[in-house]
Amino acid sequence: MLLASLLIASFVIFAALYLAPGNPIAALSGGRSLPASSIAVLEQRYHLNQSFLAQYWYWLDNVLHGNLGISITLRENVSTLLASRVWTTAGLVLYASLIIAVLGIGIGIVAGLRPGVLDTGTLVTTAVSAAIPAFVAAIVLILLFAVRLGWFPALGNGTDLASNVRHFTLPAVALAISSLAIVARVTRASIREEGEREHVQTAVSRGIPGRKVIQRHILRNAAIPITTVTGITIASLIAVAAVVEVAFGLNGLGAYLVQAAQSKDLAVVQGISLVLVTAFVVVNLLVDVLYAVLDPRVTLGGRAQ
Amino acid sequence: MSTAAPLTVPRGPGAARRGRVQGALGLLRATGPVGIVSAIIIAVAILIAVFGTFIAPYDPNLPNLSLAWGSPSGGHLLGYDFQGRDVLSRLLVGARTALLGPLAVVAGSMAAGVLLAVTAAWRRGASDAVISSGLDILFAFPGILLAVLAAAVFGAGLTAAAIALAVAYMPYVARVLRGAALKERSQPYVAALEVQGASAVSICFRHLIPNMMPLIVAQATILFGYAMVDLAAISFLGLGVQPPEPNWGVMISENQVGLAQGYPLPALIACACIVVVVIAVNVLGERLFEQAQRAYR
Repeated sequence: MLLASLLIASFVIFAALYLAPGNPIAALSGGRSLPASSIAVLEQRYHLNQSFLAQYWYWLDNVLHGNLGISITLRENVSTLLASRVWTTAGLVLYASLIIAVLGIGIGIVAGLRPGVLDTGTLVTTAVSAAIPAFVAAIVLILLFAVRLGWFPALGNGTDLASNVRHFTLPAVALAISSLAIVARVTRASIREEGEREHVQTAVSRGIPGRKVIQRHILRNAAIPITTVTGITIASLIAVAAVVEVAFGLNGLGAYLVQAAQSKDLAVVQGISLVLVTAFVVVNLLVDVLYAVLDPRVTLGGRAQ
Repeated sequence: MSTAAPLTVPRGPGAARRGRVQGALGLLRATGPVGIVSAIIIAVAILIAVFGTFIAPYDPNLPNLSLAWGSPSGGHLLGYDFQGRDVLSRLLVGARTALLGPLAVVAGSMAAGVLLAVTAAWRRGASDAVISSGLDILFAFPGILLAVLAAAVFGAGLTAAAIALAVAYMPYVARVLRGAALKERSQPYVAALEVQGASAVSICFRHLIPNMMPLIVAQATILFGYAMVDLAAISFLGLGVQPPEPNWGVMISENQVGLAQGYPLPALIACACIVVVVIAVNVLGERLFEQAQRAYR
């Protein structure tokens, strides 16, 4: 299923950009008119004289060997161009995921276990922050913590690990904030729901210590929806990272994808789309696997009706 | 709620329309005061989106560099942007693309999603399998990524981005509604209508889909919030609405330089507009969804 999905996705990406207006020969020659013999050589080299399916096959074969083609604007190998940027995006998404997993689930558990003012406050705060798009968060964070307070830099990647962490903190928070709120809300709701179940009430009335009830009966069962929503929101960060990278001037894959889309550098667009779709599908698959591990009733490959 | 079988009383078209309006108002009233306030905020925003060009006090595209970053004064309530254009006018006019764009996205993906969901649930078997696995493949494309791809192929612009987002959201819509349609399909009134000889199309359009309306409305509302955020993000990236045309996402990106120069107001006010509308939409959507769920149980 994973492979089929990726294969079709790769086909869609290739076909979309194959159909894009523009003549590859003109792009290669930079607009100059070429003699017929040179055109023939170029067609031969890039397989342009072959059928659409054959071209897809050559492209896919190259992709599987790690060769994503050549950037038209920079005349460099796309794989090399991507390799230098992939860690920015991966680091940003991982940092944001960590924030979401720790703070989102933590806040949700506390609010779920302690009804009252704290819980109401969490509900209102998360309702507001769930509605804050990443680029709005970026603007507000830059204004507060970079311009006004000067605690963090507003732009750029940083040079060594320590400065990387400083440079990535605001972007990661901007990327995490709305997902964090969603995860906190779902966590709170499922903790509350599990806490009201009969077996939990029975355990409490039999005098089993609260800590044990929470660990064994509430958290164990609530872990299933919590893991799912955390995983799905983390997967969605992969695409949204582009927005944050542009806002903070980080040179990650997403920012490069946007730049390539504007300059019609199709090989780069294909390459990055493929990498991001693969990452998205793999993370979603991991969520499914984790789901099956946590919930013994679910078998992988089987469909719940 | 409208879960009861609607096959008994024959009603005239006028009665049906009155019933629908009352149904919509009832749906809204049941969301409580918070829901009603949210609905009012959304209604005001949509009115501004429609009539913004007429109430804007100044030309939103008239630059005056000597007034760049000017603070609020006189008739210019929100001051001037980086090119010395009136911020309030740009907000009012920019509401159109910021709100009607997402509306088009929602309309497109809901129409396609409902059609696919009902077809899959009605015919089951092979049609269901084909539709479901087709949707599974679409799940591989995050909305923003598909919109950037569309911009690369068709050129940057609101239309390409809106179509891409509608396609990307469709599987989420169809998955939820397919489940609901399957449940509705197995209701006794559907079998009764089939025995009476009603055609599949007429049963679906006159009974099945109307009965799913609370859920459809709730889904559409929630989707609107997502569409608004994603479309604004695409315009922020420079791949949606093209400057100098005013749009809330565009206003944030073009005035972002003002943050470091001590003129954060133009960017912040556009941010605030987006957040306020999205909060209202999310709150209303959540309430409507809770109700729809309750009606289905």
